[in-house]
Amino acid sequence: MSCGPLVFLAAFFALAVSWFGLVLAPQFQVGRLQQETNVVNKAELYPSARPGLARQGLEVYRAAGCAACHTEQVGQTGTVCDVVLIDAGTNHAALIETLIRSGLGRSNPGQYLSELPKPVRQGLNKDEADRLATALKSAGAKAEVRIVPVGPDIARGWGKRRTVAEDYLYDDPVMLGSLRVGPDLANVGVRLPDPNWHLRHLYAPRLEVRDSPMPPYRYLFTMRRIGWQPSLDALQLPGEFAPPPGFEIVPKPEARALVAYLSSLRTDAVLFEAPMTAPSAPAAATATNTPAK
Amino acid sequence: MIEDPSSSGSPAARLDTAQVDASCRVPLFVLFGSAVSWAVMASVLALIASIKFHSPDFLADCEWLTYGRVHAAAVDAQLYGFALQSGFGAALWIIARLGGTRVSQPWLIGFGGKLWNLGVLVGVIGILAGDSTGFENFEMPRYAGWILFLGYLMIGLWTALTLYRRNEGRLSPPQWFFLAALFWFPWIDSAAHLLLLVFRVRGVEQSLIDWWWSDNLLLVWLSLTGLGAVFYLVPKLAGRPLHSDPLALFAFWTLILFGSWAGIPAGAPVPAWIPALSAVATVMTSIPLLAVAVNVRRTLAGHCRALAANPAFRFVGFGIAAWLAAGAMRIAGALPGISPVTSFTWFGVAQSELHSYGFFAMILFGAIYCSVPQVAGLEWPCARSVRAHFWLGSIGILLSAVPLAVGGIFQGLKLNDAGTGFVELTKATLPFLRASTLGDLLMMLGNVLLLVNFVRLSVRFGRARWAPFCASFAADLKPAEVKP
Repeated sequence: MSCGPLVFLAAFFALAVSWFGLVLAPQFQVGRLQQETNVVNKAELYPSARPGLARQGLEVYRAAGCAACHTEQVGQTGTVCDVVLIDAGTNHAALIETLIRSGLGRSNPGQYLSELPKPVRQGLNKDEADRLATALKSAGAKAEVRIVPVGPDIARGWGKRRTVAEDYLYDDPVMLGSLRVGPDLANVGVRLPDPNWHLRHLYAPRLEVRDSPMPPYRYLFTMRRIGWQPSLDALQLPGEFAPPPGFEIVPKPEARALVAYLSSLRTDAVLFEAPMTAPSAPAAATATNTPAK
Repeated sequence: MIEDPSSSGSPAARLDTAQVDASCRVPLFVLFGSAVSWAVMASVLALIASIKFHSPDFLADCEWLTYGRVHAAAVDAQLYGFALQSGFGAALWIIARLGGTRVSQPWLIGFGGKLWNLGVLVGVIGILAGDSTGFENFEMPRYAGWILFLGYLMIGLWTALTLYRRNEGRLSPPQWFFLAALFWFPWIDSAAHLLLLVFRVRGVEQSLIDWWWSDNLLLVWLSLTGLGAVFYLVPKLAGRPLHSDPLALFAFWTLILFGSWAGIPAGAPVPAWIPALSAVATVMTSIPLLAVAVNVRRTLAGHCRALAANPAFRFVGFGIAAWLAAGAMRIAGALPGISPVTSFTWFGVAQSELHSYGFFAMILFGAIYCSVPQVAGLEWPCARSVRAHFWLGSIGILLSAVPLAVGGIFQGLKLNDAGTGFVELTKATLPFLRASTLGDLLMMLGNVLLLVNFVRLSVRFGRARWAPFCASFAADLKPAEVKP
């Protein structure tokens, strides 16, 4: 290694290999993903480009450097299976016997058959779930196996499943973030759908989340004197956060765009790459609407 | 075996050290002077960002100083303004010295340095104005990227030419590292710039390129340049040859082979083979860590105590220790059992701070303290301030990185326990952030000391150089004045 060209070739070789491996090869694999190729429900067009205002909001998000504290990627540690009884059929005796044999308690077995459909066993692995579902079906009932992603992020309500490459097809720039000073935002449009909550939270984070370390983004709002009548857009702010009497706080277009972007963040489409059974009950969707505490 | 051909100076063709150093004067004053100013600027911005964690309302109404912008500006000012720029300077000086040759076109390199600084300034102002690209460690807006690249071409080309025109045919270890670094930067910078900002790729491919860029800059480029300086300064300061050239070669090869594959975080939303491969490569970077540790240790065997009094050596020694510690942290963070705890936490921030400040900046401070007096032909005006800078810098970085690492592990454990409320866990990390703000403050003071010392040295140099000229000029004028 005493001559220059040899050192140069060594460096060239090492960097070229890394460039082929980490830039070119992934470009062939994920850089050319298309819509629909990976979506379970063929009727759904996913992912779709953001509507105009949300697209502008992404620029506000980028300019303010929100990604310094917020990630947009949800992880999961694995998946479990729930067995859901849809319909009890007619042979209740055989069904109850099957259920009891599968490990459910003997007291008051009639409750298993009321308020259907409902999960009878949760957190099973795939084999156990399939076996139970087959047994239930042979007892004349209708049963299905639901795939449920699990992990701390999912338990926090940050998403229904992990995020995969497909989810970011229309983001430009993609801002995955690397530090969670604030909660993950990958699915915030589903989790917190109220735009007024977001506006109040941007104006005064501690109004909505006690002890939040998020800085206020008051520069996205204007304080102005109330004219003939209060503006419909004016923020409803209580107590110490309220403007002086005769004034109102109105969001600038940037604030509106940012909130439109946040509301557009959702990763709830069912993909083959990240399997899950879409929750059919609307109750599951509203359960996560409370602000993250 | 490392020799300083410029100091041996036996063959007639070779120049003596003073001539080599004199040819470095213009570019080094430009590059080191601006790098030190940017270090101060970056630490001020970092301090502003850090204070916001304790008082979120601090400067919150100023759009230009909102956390996301100040933080990005601080990172880029440190990276482009200080790290890259001072690295170019150190590479140039050591290449010229080891080659026993004058720097080619010092004025053009100086001009390239000025252009580079213009790029950094435009970029940092652009980020504060909201023009950041949104890519971590690559926030410099597109227009600043062009200026920076042009500036680099002027610096890099003539540094490479200086290497080519060396009088000593055989390349020694520092020269391998610098040559690779000289070539590394334009490739990764142009690849990232073209694919992220000009011909934009889609989807997570953007994030992959950003990670690839960050890793190749932070891990590979900083290590190449820092280790180049280590392999020159350690034998020079110790007055002994490097223990083993083949071992250094081994470290060089393994660093560029494995280092360039690390950097894709575990659990990233990309095909699983990419983070898996990256984790393996990260673990393999333990090989260059060990090779360098053994080589430096054997070179210094028994001489550490005696050298500890030398201020420049203290910086270099601390830097090597920080490189090993940061490398160990990087490997730990990539292990499958540990990465779920450390990902998305302050642990990663602590690691990169320890690497880019504890290792790279400290080594480069050592190189600056070592080279500038020789280049200027003057001692540092205040020797005490050099020692103070070492203590402020080393305590500052420890006070910043250690609490962040510990706090990051706490944060990670709580993040993985969905029962802990999010605000509660964020509040639990605040005491650690407080300690790290104190660390940021100490580092800033240290950087200010270096800047003041540098300015005073420059003023003295200017006076010493211009005084005779001015005097003769004035003497020439006098007869004209007294004429009636």
